[in-house]
This record gives sequence, structure tokens and C-alpha cells, in this order.
Amino acid sequence: MQQILYFFIRNKNFLLFILLFSFSVFLTIQTHSYHKNKFINSSNYISGSIYSIKSSITSYFSLKKENTILLEENTRIRKKLESYKNKITNYNIDTAFIYSKYYFSYAKVINNSFSKTKNKLTINKGINDSLKIDMGVVTSKGIVGIIDNISKKYATVQSILNTNSQINAKLKNSKHFGSLIWNTVDPNIVQLIDIPRLAPVKIGDTITTGGKSTIFPEGILIGEVKDFTLTQDKNSKYLNIKLFNDMTNLEHIHIITNLDANEIINLEKETRDVK
Amino acid sequence: MLNNLIFVNITRFFLLILVQVFILNHINLFGYVNPYLYILFIIIYPFTANKSLLIFSSFLLGLFVDVFSDSGGIHAAASVFIAFIRPVILKYSFGISYEYNTIKISSKDYLKQMIYVGSMVFLHHFILFALEIFNINHFLLFLNSVLFSSIFSIVIILCTITLFSKK
Repeated sequence: MQQILYFFIRNKNFLLFILLFSFSVFLTIQTHSYHKNKFINSSNYISGSIYSIKSSITSYFSLKKENTILLEENTRIRKKLESYKNKITNYNIDTAFIYSKYYFSYAKVINNSFSKTKNKLTINKGINDSLKIDMGVVTSKGIVGIIDNISKKYATVQSILNTNSQINAKLKNSKHFGSLIWNTVDPNIVQLIDIPRLAPVKIGDTITTGGKSTIFPEGILIGEVKDFTLTQDKNSKYLNIKLFNDMTNLEHIHIITNLDANEIINLEKETRDVK
Repeated sequence: MLNNLIFVNITRFFLLILVQVFILNHINLFGYVNPYLYILFIIIYPFTANKSLLIFSSFLLGLFVDVFSDSGGIHAAASVFIAFIRPVILKYSFGISYEYNTIKISSKDYLKQMIYVGSMVFLHHFILFALEIFNINHFLLFLNSVLFSSIFSIVIILCTITLFSKK
């Protein structure tokens, strides 16, 4: 017994090291799989509130630019509204009764990373604002990512600049779709894979979300084709996409709630269970 | 005197975390190079003080940085590793007798100091990026990150040591 005790005392540093090291590696491996990391993330109370203090100070520096972006968006939406008015003769309908599958809410980015291989954002809304895991996050210019962790007042977003991220996207003109991934090289360039060889692709073509998931509605802007190559097996195309969004400079974002998500997921689950 | 030492170390601990999280994590030189100054805590932790305490506080240090940068446990793992390996590196950069002279790191001669800081930083960054990238396909990115971030961190750490050393 004494021997064992001595052994522990003699090697206490080594044992402590092994214990803590393996615990950290365990935490790391957990983050490599999608939204499994429950406790070590910046959506928790302490880091969340510290980040929001910091962002309330730093956001003053970009007010001017943010205002211009908001104005631009307003103009665009106003134009769209006018064109709808022309189409519908009786446009005095109560907007509360227009049915939409999607509900938009807004939040502010309080922390943003783009230089790592698994980038995340922290936003200043959480469960209290009825956000849930797996909601889509966009800006007025294009997509940003998917909520992957959530606390009462904050949430973290898995950015599209994350090697774990795989989002369904399509060519706007031809409706061919593939998966959007990131090869970690440039924070403004992402890659679209699995586009069939026959799909007509031109440089400058617009890429939008595919609408094949419950997260993003169809037709949200992503970026334009910068260049493309055939893959080695010559079956599909590999496209480099230049993002419309500047991922290095995000401040105001919109969160998309799919009101039918539960219904769709339940239906799919039932279908699977029947098999 | 002893209380003062504990106080200084605790202040340094939190100050380094704040500087790391709010300033240095956002430098992104050439798009991906960030210096990691917070390991200065482990580097200049008193040479003769309790080693278990160093390992444990390094773990907390790394974990705090991890929480803020959403990176799982990579900083914690790398910090714990260099805290554990520190006596070996001290022995090989300052000679066998480092434990008996309680001179501060800033007063040792520059070459030895650079070897010590350099190997600590390099080992830390090696583990850090190995765990972060975790993919053999991005091997070149891994080498790039380790090399450039190490250089950047070493420069910043040596500057900080020189700047804050009491003459």
C-alpha cells in the first residue's frame, strides 16, 4: 500500500500531466464532431458577456460603414417591394396574413474568427430569444453559417469557413447542386464540389443555397464562380467560389427560423423508422 | 514577499489572457498568423516554485483561451505539455544548476534565453496546430502556421521580457 502511495507521490507531476493532457485532447476531439461540445465554447455566460462588452465598444468604429450597408439593403428591398406592388393590383393586404415558411430575426456578431481551420462566431442572442441549434445565419449579402451551440443569452455559429461545414448549394442558372466546403486557404474563397460534369458553368455565375435542407431557404446568395476544374476522376467539377460576404468583417446578421422544420424532420424520421 | 509573488503571478495570468483574447487573437498577419503571448506565464513562472501548481495553472490558462476562441482543448493541451516539459528544457538551455540560482530570466545571457524561449514556443505551437488542424491533407498549412506563428510569438515574447525586466 505504502509502495503504491509512494509511487503516486513520486510521479504526481507526470500523472497530473497525463490526466489534464488527455482531458484537453478529449475536449478537442469532441469539437471535431459537429455540435457535441457542450461546455467549452464562447456561448457561455462569462465569455459571452465579456465579448458583448468588447463589441459594444468596438462597434462604434464601424458605425458609418454599417449604416451604408443598411441603407443599401433598404433600397434593394424597397425596389423589390415596388415591383411586387405593380404585380398585385390590390396591394393593401394585411402583411400579418401573408404566410411564410421562414421567420427572420436579427442579432449582432460579438466575436468572429476566420484564420483557423474551424472557425466560429459568437452572437448576442440565445435561447431567451427563441433561437435553436441548427438555425441558419445570413447577412444581407449572403450566408454565414449555422448555429451549433447555444446558451440563455448567446449562441455560437459554425461559420462556412470551417472544415466541418457542408452546406447544400446550387448554380443559380442551371439548378445543379453540390456541397459547399472550405479548403482553409483564403477566407474569401470557398469551394463547391460534386457539381456534375455536364453542368454548364461559366466564370462569374452566381451560386445560391439549394433549399434541400431545413436550414436555409432556397436562393440565398453565396458567391460567384471564380474558376473551376474537373476532378481527377473526371466525373464532377470543383469550383472556387468568391463569397459576396466579407467573412472577415461581419457585424449585423439575420437568423432564419424554418417554421416547418420540426414537421419535415419528424416526417423524415418516421419514414426512416418504417424501413 | 511570498504573497507579493503570488499576487504578481495571478495578475499576470489574467492580464495575459485578456491581451491574448482581445488583441493578439485578432492580428491575423498574412491572414492566418497570430502570436501566442499568453505562454509567457509558463515561461517566466518562478523556476523553483511548485511544479504541480504550474501544470494545473497552465491547464486553466489554456482552457480560458480555448473558451474564448472556441477551439475545444487545443490551447489547454499545448500549455499543459510545455508546463510539464519545462524542467527538461530549462536544464538543457541553462545548464544543470538552474534550480539553485534564483536569478530571473531577463538577467540570463541572451543566447541561452533565446534557446529557452524558442524551444518552449516551438513545442507549444507544434502541439497546438497539430491538434487544431488534425488533418494530414493540410500538412503544408500546418508547417506554415507552426513556423510563422513561432517566429512571431518568439519575437513578441522576447520583446515583452526585455521591456518589463527591472534593471
